[in-house]
Amino acid sequence: MKNGSIRGAMGQAHKILVLDDDPDFRELCQELLATLPSEPEVNAASSGSHAIALLDSEPHSLLMTDLKMPNMDGFQVLSIVKRRFPNLKTIVMTGVSDDDLRDRAYAIGIDLFIEKPKTPSEFKLFVDCVDSLLVREEHGGFRGVQSKSLSDIVQMESMSMTSTTLKVTNGPLVGKIWLVGGDLIDAEVGDEKGEEAFKRIMGWKSGTFENLPADESRERNIFASVQGLLLDSAQTLDEIAAGEVPGSGGEKAEGTSSGLSQLAKQGGLEFIVTADLKKKRNFTIDQFACEDPDLVAKWARDTMNRFSELGEMLRAGKLNNIAGVGSQRNIGMAGNGDEMICLGLNPKMKPKDILETTKKVAVQWSS
Amino acid sequence: MEFLKNLFKPKPKREAAKIDRLPNGSFTVDSSCRILTSTLPQSFPVSVVADIGQAVVEAFREGQGAGIPLTELQFHFGSLKITAREQRGGAMIFLAPIR
Repeated sequence: MKNGSIRGAMGQAHKILVLDDDPDFRELCQELLATLPSEPEVNAASSGSHAIALLDSEPHSLLMTDLKMPNMDGFQVLSIVKRRFPNLKTIVMTGVSDDDLRDRAYAIGIDLFIEKPKTPSEFKLFVDCVDSLLVREEHGGFRGVQSKSLSDIVQMESMSMTSTTLKVTNGPLVGKIWLVGGDLIDAEVGDEKGEEAFKRIMGWKSGTFENLPADESRERNIFASVQGLLLDSAQTLDEIAAGEVPGSGGEKAEGTSSGLSQLAKQGGLEFIVTADLKKKRNFTIDQFACEDPDLVAKWARDTMNRFSELGEMLRAGKLNNIAGVGSQRNIGMAGNGDEMICLGLNPKMKPKDILETTKKVAVQWSS
Repeated sequence: MEFLKNLFKPKPKREAAKIDRLPNGSFTVDSSCRILTSTLPQSFPVSVVADIGQAVVEAFREGQGAGIPLTELQFHFGSLKITAREQRGGAMIFLAPIR
């Protein structure tokens, strides 16, 4: 099961776990990865439960998993692994090219999504990708904004006079930032463009980013300096964190519901209630335009907690959202681990739109 | 002696229900959370079906009490979607793994 164990550059051999139900591909991966310059120790597992047991028994640097497997599939494994081993790098290898699968996998927080190699050149690319991910970890590098803030990334791209398009994904929200020769040219998120879009993206606390090819023909919508805009964004975030109204020169916001009122500008929203999920008693509630926030918060908390426990028992992964359809009002709920948000939505909203609106508002709220 | 030891040896405790495969199917419960019909595989533990049914019925009932009467609830997990339709205090519940 184990190949090479020569120490890597940091004094410890990387441990890679390959999870695939296909024994031939597992064996091939083990042989290929053993040739990496860092000479990692490569373990293999044929099922999700086997992989989790191996990860529990010894720390690994990287998990490479297939998606389609009998019993526990790759998404179930990733849901568990991401919660239990948050620092573990993860690569999804799949035999099918599917944008939906790719988006779902990145939304879980994987580091890389690659198609299973078939030709010699693809095998070389595959090995290079794994190696670069391990090297990045060795040198304290980053892929998403988990270990470096987005502001750091933009600053570095700008200072190195790079021409690139940064695609930043935060749950269902996708933003793009265009840099040409280190100059910030434009940003876009949803319908917003220019400085407003840039500031909105800068406000995201987590997510993943990809470097797309530069687009030098992009129309310029941002004329301010990168440094100035980054400073503005940082100041706005500091003011919000200090409970002040951004740009007011220190005026205190009336509770956090001023933040909720901003969220409520999303079409179709009738009320918002947020509450602690963990505290059993005296939990904090914040609300916007809700007639009976205590009752709604209690119901929403109980429902979220009850079904989160059920999800754990079923090994169904994290409870991402709840959508409720009612004749008087539709409901959307989401949690971020410690807190939850409950949205009262227009009853004419379709179930699909309830879910989309809930996802968008929850991401903005978490940010 | 050995016979007596075996006779009085404590029986191993029943293991908690193991879920190896995400369920795909539907079931109905009445307002007392009793399971009326089910198309779920027999291998899927009945106790877990009952837990889901109870959680759903309570969610509808308590929602009504909180001024939020709902006719349908959808629970989106990482790998499973549960859809529940309210039926005279009970519910029809669909479980579908997300592929």
